[in-house]
Amino acid sequence: MSSVINSERIPNNVHLGDDRKLQRALEAWQPRFIDWWKEMGPEGFQEDQVYLRTAISVDADGWANFDYVKMPEYRWGIFLADPVKDRKIGFGDNMGMDAWQTVPGEHRNTLRRLIVTQGDTEPASVEQQRLLGQTCPSLYDLRNLFQVNVEEGRHLWAMVYLLHSYFGRDGREEAEALLERRSGNEDKPRILGAFNEPCNHWLSFFMFTYFTDRDGKYQLLALAESGFDPLSRTTRFMLTEEAHHMFVGEKGVGRVLKRTCELMKKNSNMDARAEGGIDLPTLQKYVNLWYSVSLDLFGGEISSNAANYFAAGIKGRAHEERSYEDHMALEGSMTFDVPTSNGGFEKQEVPLRTAMNEILRQEYVADSQRGIDNWNKIIRKADIDFEITLPSTRFHRDTGIYAGMKFDPSGRLLSDEEWEKKKGDFLPTAEDEAYIKSLMTKPIFEPGKMANWIAPPAKGIKGRPVDFVYVRHDAS
Amino acid sequence: MDDRIEFATHPDRYKHWQLSCDGDVARLVMKVDEQHPMRGGYDLKLNSYDLSVDIELADAVQRLRFEHPEVKSVLVTSGTDNCFCAGANIYMLGSSSHGFKVNFCKFTNETRLYLEQACEQSGQHYIAACNGVASGGGYELALACEEIYLQDDGSSAVSFPETPLLAVLPGTGGLTRLVDKRKVRRDLADAFSTLAEGIRGKRAVDWDLVDGVFPRSKFDDKVTERAKAIAANTPDRKGPGVELPPVDVTIEEVDGKPVRRYPHVTLTIDHGERTAHIEMRAPTDDPATTADALREQGARAWALAAFRELDDAILQLRFNEPEVGLIVISTKGDGAKVKAHDEALAKLMADDWFANEVHWNMARVLKRLDLTARSLFATIEPGSCFVGSLFELALAADRSYMLEGELEDGDAGEAAIGFSSLNFGPLPMSNGLTRLQTRFLARPEHVDALAKRQDETFTAEDAAELGLVTFTPDDIDWEDDVRIAIEERVSISPDALTGMEANLRFAGPETLETKIFARLSAWQNWIFQRPNAVGERGALTMYGRPERPEFDWRRT
Repeated sequence: MSSVINSERIPNNVHLGDDRKLQRALEAWQPRFIDWWKEMGPEGFQEDQVYLRTAISVDADGWANFDYVKMPEYRWGIFLADPVKDRKIGFGDNMGMDAWQTVPGEHRNTLRRLIVTQGDTEPASVEQQRLLGQTCPSLYDLRNLFQVNVEEGRHLWAMVYLLHSYFGRDGREEAEALLERRSGNEDKPRILGAFNEPCNHWLSFFMFTYFTDRDGKYQLLALAESGFDPLSRTTRFMLTEEAHHMFVGEKGVGRVLKRTCELMKKNSNMDARAEGGIDLPTLQKYVNLWYSVSLDLFGGEISSNAANYFAAGIKGRAHEERSYEDHMALEGSMTFDVPTSNGGFEKQEVPLRTAMNEILRQEYVADSQRGIDNWNKIIRKADIDFEITLPSTRFHRDTGIYAGMKFDPSGRLLSDEEWEKKKGDFLPTAEDEAYIKSLMTKPIFEPGKMANWIAPPAKGIKGRPVDFVYVRHDAS
Repeated sequence: MDDRIEFATHPDRYKHWQLSCDGDVARLVMKVDEQHPMRGGYDLKLNSYDLSVDIELADAVQRLRFEHPEVKSVLVTSGTDNCFCAGANIYMLGSSSHGFKVNFCKFTNETRLYLEQACEQSGQHYIAACNGVASGGGYELALACEEIYLQDDGSSAVSFPETPLLAVLPGTGGLTRLVDKRKVRRDLADAFSTLAEGIRGKRAVDWDLVDGVFPRSKFDDKVTERAKAIAANTPDRKGPGVELPPVDVTIEEVDGKPVRRYPHVTLTIDHGERTAHIEMRAPTDDPATTADALREQGARAWALAAFRELDDAILQLRFNEPEVGLIVISTKGDGAKVKAHDEALAKLMADDWFANEVHWNMARVLKRLDLTARSLFATIEPGSCFVGSLFELALAADRSYMLEGELEDGDAGEAAIGFSSLNFGPLPMSNGLTRLQTRFLARPEHVDALAKRQDETFTAEDAAELGLVTFTPDDIDWEDDVRIAIEERVSISPDALTGMEANLRFAGPETLETKIFARLSAWQNWIFQRPNAVGERGALTMYGRPERPEFDWRRT
């Protein structure tokens, strides 16, 4: 079991103290990170004491240590999952060879690009969410937001550690650039499109943590299989933290649903909006939106890059080792309905490796459905006849073979006119957005109190009551 | 015959480009319609191109020169998000025959050179506004422009991924332009050309790969500002422009042989003999002697019409007749008329932009003939008119046959050749020399002496004596000698002939142009054939496939 020396400026389990050069590089980066956090992190709460979980080591007790801390003083550290002895590359053309402990020159640029792309999403989401605290529905939710934020910050650290350790000067420059790009900035945008859209209210935040962070989970699962061992170990540890983000999303949406059902019953017309809640059809539209933009993050259905990553042993499938028998993936194929220029579809058989993005996406789809089932249980329990569903994977896509085409949520092809007429039924309209925001104009700082549109959680954090002071907002 | 490639197009019919002119600044916006490649089997993703895309570009460059004299700077940019241009489509290359690939690269190279020459010859300055990734042929397109600007957004890069990713070379002069035109330091060029993801932002400027970077929010304004500044420093060319209608052609079959008949050119294909015959005819009218009269004739002017027709015929042969190994060139008509048209043009082109464009077009078409990888024979018979610009056809040929004396049953008199002032400078080859200078590399004084004899014509004996023709059979031997020469020529290995001819045609100094074509022919075409690129496990074969390439590690 690796231990952590916490007296160091940067808590870690990678023997940072033994590598003066790396330590100096990271210590030089640290103040810039703090500056970034103060500028782009949660606005208006930097001086507050927040009841946060801090990883202080990777073992079962150490990674979930709870205490009050001011966010800029949060101990962002570098933690890798423990090494697996004699680990071999588990898939692709290099299968069976010793896992790489340093970056193989041949794959240097590819690995750097993957790490930078993954790393870029972490600060991006903090930036997207920086104003949410000002409209929080409860102290409990405010704390969860900050927990997610600091952990995204730590994930950035994890990627920066890899860049500094293994990619020389280029890596250091990339690490700098991660702090220079800004979500939604026209001149210095974040790399992926979805991370440049603001997350400007809490319903979007819950949807983001449920759907978009789940993409993160699957990307991390695929990278956890990597033949580049430091990447594998880093991402394995990150996964433990990512789980909490999806918990926030699933429970958050679930509580909204629960409240909506209560408000419907309260109203003689079953009208949740009339009672200041978020009606079920609107919730469905937000599911449609966030699910479809998250599907895009997996990349094109047919991808030679994905095939190359797999072939090289750089990025595998989720749970490659435990869920699959054939780790070469040279046999077999996947069939797609590919749009043709005359408006129809034709079957196209794609070699398995070339379809790796889609394989990962399908696992994501199945995983996303599980939470949907739980949400529907809440609605059924309230005796309301409504079902939240996931739209077709063709719906509202901007990447891959269905990009730019118009489908309804059931996957039926629409003409441009039909789409224009109906899109307001499928996706949130400007009016919906305005309505949702009108519900969330003021923060609620009173311990235990919830905004009208959301139900309280079943229980608090780490055995604390729901009305625990999770954030000491006026602490000075 | 459906899959024949045709080259005529018009901005109204472009699928992949948008051409718009606003005063003296034009915008050439690449927005490739991925669903409309030249033939099926691949999508033109990320503004990648195939021949159909480049035919439109070539058309646009040509039209800007003739139809838009008011334009002084041209912004080449992209209408596709986050991507300037990804270069030639890899799947198209992977599924094309070797011959097609070579001719595709040659055509795209010619187009890049035309664009480059428009700066110098027409005062139309091309500026690459790379508002997204410019990779491979995309960066090569930018390199052909006079200045390159790159969007500084953290992701837009310029790159040559060919070598590290595909095991081939940038095929459109990129490496040559990097070190010869932009004069990028060779060690930096080396690092750049092996870095698949390329270089962006400030470093691209530091390494001289681009002339400047601008942030996304200011990019359009800045490049437009630059285009306007360049235009402001360029002299005016008086309009109006001259419209280029499609080349007039009828396709028929005579004695089982396909014939393309143009007003001044006839192309006859003899598949059995693997030979094509090009006949080019002299003008029958008197030349326009004033700029206004020439403008009035416009695209109908002989010097423009005849050479546009020849250009189309050459492209037809290159792309649609791969097995034709030999082109036999003949002419017909009054040589005096050719000379009269040449001299009238030569007089006008000093002051009139249109006459100048007509002459540069002539020069381009003749270069295209030089660069055509088929054997070229000229046959000079009574009734022919190898004079001035048309005599360049004989000089471009690998050898020429001139009939000595009169034909027994003919009434056309003796065959004669002659010069015009166009033979002595205005129609350079890609090596920068005239065809006469290249022919007489050892005796420059001989060319000077010939220049003094522009008013004479020469029959076979004199022509042979002066070294202007190769063989001069008489009436008795003519038919047999020519027939045997043709049969012999088409029996030799086409590959060996291509190499031999290219070696012999371009004597004299190297220029950017000769380097580009020579290296395309030698290096790129060699690498394109090698197993490491196109073998069963070669990188180009494996691209987009699930397995990784395997290399034979032995170096030559």
